[in-house]
Amino acid sequence: MEDTITTEPMVRVTRLKKVYESSGRRVEAIGDVTFSVARGEFACIVGPSGAGKTTLLKCLAGLLQPTSGTVELEGTPVTGPPPGMAVVFQEYGRSLFPWKTVQQNIDLPLRQKGLPRPERERLTAEALTAVGLADVSRAYPWQLSGGMQQRVAIARAVAYEPHVLLMDEPFAAVDAQTRAELEDLVRSLWKTLGITTLFVTHDIDEAVYLGERVLVLSASPTHILEDVPVGLPVDRDQVTTRSTAGFAELRARVHRGIQDAKAGRQSTAQSIVGTAQ
Amino acid sequence: MTARGLTAPQRIRRPRLPRAPLVGIVIAVVAAELIPRSGLFPAGTLPPLSSVLAELCREAGTSALWQALGRTVRTWAIGLVIAVAAGVVIGVVIGLVPVLRAITASTVEFLRPIPSVALIPAVILIFGTGSQSGVVLIVYAAFWQVLLQVLYGIQDIDPVAMETARSYRFGTWATVRHVVWPTALPFVFTGVRLAASVALVLAITAELVIGTPGMGQLISVAQSSGATTRMFALVLLTGVLGVLVNVAFRFAERGVLSWHPSVRRAR
Repeated sequence: MEDTITTEPMVRVTRLKKVYESSGRRVEAIGDVTFSVARGEFACIVGPSGAGKTTLLKCLAGLLQPTSGTVELEGTPVTGPPPGMAVVFQEYGRSLFPWKTVQQNIDLPLRQKGLPRPERERLTAEALTAVGLADVSRAYPWQLSGGMQQRVAIARAVAYEPHVLLMDEPFAAVDAQTRAELEDLVRSLWKTLGITTLFVTHDIDEAVYLGERVLVLSASPTHILEDVPVGLPVDRDQVTTRSTAGFAELRARVHRGIQDAKAGRQSTAQSIVGTAQ
Repeated sequence: MTARGLTAPQRIRRPRLPRAPLVGIVIAVVAAELIPRSGLFPAGTLPPLSSVLAELCREAGTSALWQALGRTVRTWAIGLVIAVAAGVVIGVVIGLVPVLRAITASTVEFLRPIPSVALIPAVILIFGTGSQSGVVLIVYAAFWQVLLQVLYGIQDIDPVAMETARSYRFGTWATVRHVVWPTALPFVFTGVRLAASVALVLAITAELVIGTPGMGQLISVAQSSGATTRMFALVLLTGVLGVLVNVAFRFAERGVLSWHPSVRRAR
């Protein structure tokens, strides 16, 4: 707690609310969400399907205007996509431009930033090496497998040198083995680069395995049910970490939160928050 | 983890003669030769293919034919370039601004089906009987083909691609250039191909009806002077012109859209 008082949080979300209104129908996607993420933190946001996870992420990314409440990035209110943020979307196949090569896909956002050519080339090469794709820079995304395409999207985000990396269920569409590889990739990128990472997922195991902290969302209208610190060691391993008692305990705790959220058992959920604090 | 299709592109084609199209051509040639000889039509109105081809070869030696062809192609090209440029620019602007789209939708739907040919008298009144009248008619007819395709293309833009561009703070121009234009390009090509054919029809029609020099006028003169075989030779040549235009555009399309799924599959 002392940390958040003394240093400005990287991301601060205050009483965020998003209501969709169309032809008489009013859907309250996000009820009231407040949280903040410290500089360099890896936070996972997990919630049942339909919990408004994507809506929340889009509000954070400045792609959607919230109905009320604020999002601040490094103390500056977010009104449109901020310069210090990069988003990795779930639909990598649609997020990468098929008419550009891998290298051009990564280069394009850097050009928008107005970086000089040598700098862009360096960043692109470094990012591709970091995701293990240095040898396919001249390929087109559609010539690559799904996992490799998502690696390209991650490289594009990393090369952008964001202060905050937002990831919207990035591995929901890849197979289990690729998913495990990509999870470890994201962990190791976070460790080496120290980018503040917000990772949205519906997968509880993934949230616990990846995050230093898991925010559990309620069903719509969304609020934060639980804020679970993940006390697992920094170096994690797909086999050993997942088989520890600590992992199982965290997993169970988050799982119960989600189940309660689905069943709409607000009171129980609240009591869990009570015990957690 | 190897990239699919990165090493030698799989283009192992068996040297196989495309048989079906050849059969079709042979049937058409035989029909064009035999039907005129069958006596179904009054003598001298429908010459057999062999004499039409022979006449075409003779005509090919005269400069009058090439001059007329050049004029027709010139009118066609000027009209097409103007129509495509206008169609693309206006299409992108209308397509990207929902308000403009809503305002123009009904007008477009009303103006588009008006046959250009119906405008010939009005065009002669305003622009006279020079070749610019042909250009105006071509622009009118071809413009809608391009505009409509550009509008379809812009509707086809992937929202995820658009959000990606927004999140990386692409400006308007960068978004149009790197997201909108590549998405719309396959549609633009379709529009240009359709426009090219329509433009050729209008170029010939304008010459036929208004009498400006060109292939249409030659055809009209040949008909009125009773040179039926020459008339058909000229008609055949306009057909060849149409095919060449289409082939050229398809070729260009394949080159430019090598990344597009439809072209990827065809390889």
